[in-house]
Amino acid sequence: MRVPLSWLAEYVDLAPGSTPEDVHAALVKVGLEEEAVHRFEVSGPVVVAEVLDFVEEPQRNGKTIRWCRVRVAPEGSRAADGGESVRGIVCGAHNFDAGDKVVVTLPGSVLPGPFPITARTTYGHLSDGMIASERELGLGEEHNGILRLRELGIDAPVGTDALSLLGLDDVAVEVNVTPDRGYALSIRGIAREYSHATGAVFRDPAAAVEPVDGTGFSVVIDDRVPVRGRVGASVFVTRTVRGLDPAAPTPPWMIARLVLAGIRSRSLIVDVTNYVMLELGQPIHAYDLDTLNGGITVRRALPGERLTTLDGQDRALDPEDLLIADESGPVGLAGVMGGATTEVSATTTDVLIEAANFDPVSVARTARRHKLPSEASRRFERGVDPRVARAAAARAVQLLEQLGGGRAGELGSTHHAVVSGEPILLPHGYVNALVGVDFTDDEVRSTLAELGGAIEQTDAGLLVTAPSWRPDLSDKADLAEEVARIVGYDRIPSVLPVAPPGRGLSRPQQLRRQAATALAASGLTEVLAPPFVTREQNDLFGSPSGNGVPAVRLANPLDASAPFLRASLLPGLIEAARRNVSRGLTDLALFEMGLVFRPDGPVRGTAQLPAGGALPEPVVLRRLQEGIPPQPRMIGALFTGDSTPKQPGQPPVPAGIADALTALRTLQTALGVALSVRQGSHHAFHPGRTAEVLLNGEVVGHAGELLPRVAEESDLPRVVGVLEVDLDRLVAAAGSDIRVRPISGFPAATQDLSLVVDSAVPAADVLAAVVEGAGELLENARVVDDYRGQGVPEGSKSLTFALRFRARDRTLTAAEASEAKLAGAALAGERFGAVVRE
Amino acid sequence: MLVPEPIEITESAVQQAVEAALAAVDAAADTAELKAARTAHAGEHSTLARLNASLREVPADRKAALGKLVGQARGRVSQAFAVREAALAEAENARRLAEEALDVTEVALPGRPGARHPLSLLQESIADVFVGMGWEVAEGPELESEWFNFDALNFDADHPARAMQDTFFVEPPEAHLVLRTHTSPVQVRALLERTPPVYVVAPGRVYRTDELDATHLPVFSQVEGIAVDRGLTMAHLRGTLEHFARAMFGEGARIRLRPNYFPFTEPSAEMDVWHPGAKGGPRWIEWGGCGMVNRNVLRSAGIDPDEYTGFAFGMGIERTLQFRYNLGDMRDFLEGDVRFSQQFGMVV
Repeated sequence: MRVPLSWLAEYVDLAPGSTPEDVHAALVKVGLEEEAVHRFEVSGPVVVAEVLDFVEEPQRNGKTIRWCRVRVAPEGSRAADGGESVRGIVCGAHNFDAGDKVVVTLPGSVLPGPFPITARTTYGHLSDGMIASERELGLGEEHNGILRLRELGIDAPVGTDALSLLGLDDVAVEVNVTPDRGYALSIRGIAREYSHATGAVFRDPAAAVEPVDGTGFSVVIDDRVPVRGRVGASVFVTRTVRGLDPAAPTPPWMIARLVLAGIRSRSLIVDVTNYVMLELGQPIHAYDLDTLNGGITVRRALPGERLTTLDGQDRALDPEDLLIADESGPVGLAGVMGGATTEVSATTTDVLIEAANFDPVSVARTARRHKLPSEASRRFERGVDPRVARAAAARAVQLLEQLGGGRAGELGSTHHAVVSGEPILLPHGYVNALVGVDFTDDEVRSTLAELGGAIEQTDAGLLVTAPSWRPDLSDKADLAEEVARIVGYDRIPSVLPVAPPGRGLSRPQQLRRQAATALAASGLTEVLAPPFVTREQNDLFGSPSGNGVPAVRLANPLDASAPFLRASLLPGLIEAARRNVSRGLTDLALFEMGLVFRPDGPVRGTAQLPAGGALPEPVVLRRLQEGIPPQPRMIGALFTGDSTPKQPGQPPVPAGIADALTALRTLQTALGVALSVRQGSHHAFHPGRTAEVLLNGEVVGHAGELLPRVAEESDLPRVVGVLEVDLDRLVAAAGSDIRVRPISGFPAATQDLSLVVDSAVPAADVLAAVVEGAGELLENARVVDDYRGQGVPEGSKSLTFALRFRARDRTLTAAEASEAKLAGAALAGERFGAVVRE
Repeated sequence: MLVPEPIEITESAVQQAVEAALAAVDAAADTAELKAARTAHAGEHSTLARLNASLREVPADRKAALGKLVGQARGRVSQAFAVREAALAEAENARRLAEEALDVTEVALPGRPGARHPLSLLQESIADVFVGMGWEVAEGPELESEWFNFDALNFDADHPARAMQDTFFVEPPEAHLVLRTHTSPVQVRALLERTPPVYVVAPGRVYRTDELDATHLPVFSQVEGIAVDRGLTMAHLRGTLEHFARAMFGEGARIRLRPNYFPFTEPSAEMDVWHPGAKGGPRWIEWGGCGMVNRNVLRSAGIDPDEYTGFAFGMGIERTLQFRYNLGDMRDFLEGDVRFSQQFGMVV
């Protein structure tokens, strides 16, 4: 809401010399946050002038300019810039005659732009100032000619300061009005809030006019399908004004206020409706009375009905839309926008003024449905004072009489079905108990009285009837807020509450932190990617098969090409890698920990939501929860470039699957889970370099390298190591790998074992057989070599294992260790045909 | 075993053997030569060994005198070897250490430096501040039911406050699923999962339909706090916020509350924090929203609002980080440029 200060000052006493900053500071204390200050950005010597005479001079460029003599100060006085009282000015416009009063911007003045005015030579003359148009002054769009004062219906002596004459010296503060405070979308509301903030005296503009009821105009409220049970119109006031002068201009003070408030001046009738809306918060509609056919019916739209609104759009109406209709059909979308057929025009002399109160929900839905937010709908959605309509209609009539030469007609109507709100009981002590301030009873009572409602003292506490402009006050907590904000939040002391002993971070929270910290400590950099992906990205990475996965699709994505929510972290990591590589950062080890969205079928959700403000039945809550697609937390990682860069004495180590598996081992250690890998497949991965990650025999992720084609299509090098595992499942199993045995202090016996086996047999399987066969004397075993070549048959490989044996209760003999080793070799032989290589 | 041939023990023979041995010790240039000299002059075939063996043949009355002569000789030689050996070992060790010296500024290191994302680190450090006060850390889904995101939080379906949330909706619309627009749905989840007293914070990701630019992110993070207990007031809210603000912005931080509106709190406030370390001098900065939990929110979670009261607050984590480190372009949070996270390493 933009508030011209001259307007505000009419209804509340502004402290003398108040700056926009002062007003902002006062309003923010009561909850109206400062947004901006608006000015006309015109300054300097800008004066009323008279064109004495001019010579028309055709130019070579085809234009004809006028070389004017202009009087800018009374005879015998200096002009406002200190110069001569008659100036020579070159003007390109032709819409004036000698004797016309105009506005001249003298050298030293500045127009919006900023555009400083100087005396300058143009078309062979020294032009000593400029004759201004409406647009140049910031008053309007008119730029086909210069502004003549008589067009505005005003006159003033030559030399008068035009800035103050035209209201261009006014300034507006803009404040953000929260959506609960519809009444503050008006000068009336802001003036009242300013009074709350400062204690300044408030004069209600609604009380400045005497409402008059018209009669004889038929208005029928016929709402057969109220939205959410609420009749669409509770108030509908009409008044007529006849005999308006279609040529009557809007006075400059009104134009200036409208412009500062952010509304363009259109015509006197439209300007008056907007002016009253801004002043009182009551949207007003003016119909050209001659174009209305019979009386008005307020009703819902019929199937198939259409309406062309003021903006020229032909709209198909919804049966829920509330309409203003006459005998010809719809003439307006109630509370949103009027219709074109009854619009006031340049020839309108008789108007019907409508000041109605429409249901917020009905208006909100219609405005949203037709994507037609208007100044009127914005106010109705937030709640308009139902008791201000009659005064607003009277104010509009008054202004049209004063400014348009019309006279109020008797024809009109008053439908007024306003129900007062229930009084709210504010128990004694409640405000203090909620706000934590020791307000006195008197402070509470007098503050609430300031709001403008009725207050009754009872044994139980105060019975407060909220004023009609505050539909947001419905509960004792609302009243507590009013007291707190008007007295001031600064009164609230600071007390640290003591929570009961907590359990600290949950185990999953601790473990996730540990996993991320471990990865970072091992050289990975964490990224947080946006989760918006294409269908192709989800199909590629959402499942190992590439058969496509059920995915969540946004109804209103920012990027229409990426409307899906990620089913995998890898697309985001690839995007991040691509960006880094394009910025010359080529050696990358990235990871992300985050949610992926994996519906187990079509997205179901919950069709019928329970109402808020009450605990839903358990079955309803369960259905709500079950309708939300699963969102497992994953850890993903990506490696490319060099994992160890080239250094003195150290060749580069290229990144690849080894990094992915190392990160997996880091996670295994960080989380205390027994993970294993086996040869696997994933259609976005290198067919020979894909490991399935297993936890208790179940696949919980993949590690490997991207299919080179996929890497290259993402502008990445051919070799990209990747890892993605289901962190939730790892965390759930955390600690399951811990097996504690007494530590033996007896000496170890170490032996190597080489086994020749078919090269297709995974090393891990042979190792597992050796471990199992060797029995409990074998303390540790690992693969130390995989040899293929001379001495090993074609199609076979020689795996060498380093074995460490130890007994719990004695020093092992070499013979015992050898026996155990051979038992391991024997089981590997049995399972895989492994032969001991001597 | 060869028995060394006895030789006659004379003072001069002993003297000679000792001198020869000491000369050999002096001549040894390294431990290998010293070892050879030891074999020659102190080994079992050395003159001294033979002199020693010859003591068996000496008459009893001279045994003591000659034994002493030979014993002292052998002691001298043996000590000379030990001294020389230690000196040589020391020199060799020093030589080896000198050879092993490296330019420590160019030692090859495996791997690369890593980093956490500063937003993750800050979320964790915020959680720690509250855990330190006995609070717990709650979580909820990012793809959320409209009931949790709006209805349970007292956002009427037709109220403009709901339309102002710039919500990402999910297909089909009748599923009533949204990307949560704030972390506030965790308030209701936390209250449903626990019985009062409840003191929880919920850091996490939230979504708004803002185009990505230097000052807007469609995906960002917030931290939500909610406390529900008997007798909680706005004074407790301010106390908690001030404690938190000091943890985030230093001891000089203070909180200023301004009236505002949120459907899920009443009274509601906008909070500013006095940032003593702000670039360009200490000043107030807008930090987030807060208030007393709306009675309807408590009712949504099955809590009697006449028995319990609560306060809640929420602030942007990006914003908090921006103010602490004077960060400008918000795109850095989402783009994944490793240089951004690596500036922080593992600490915010």
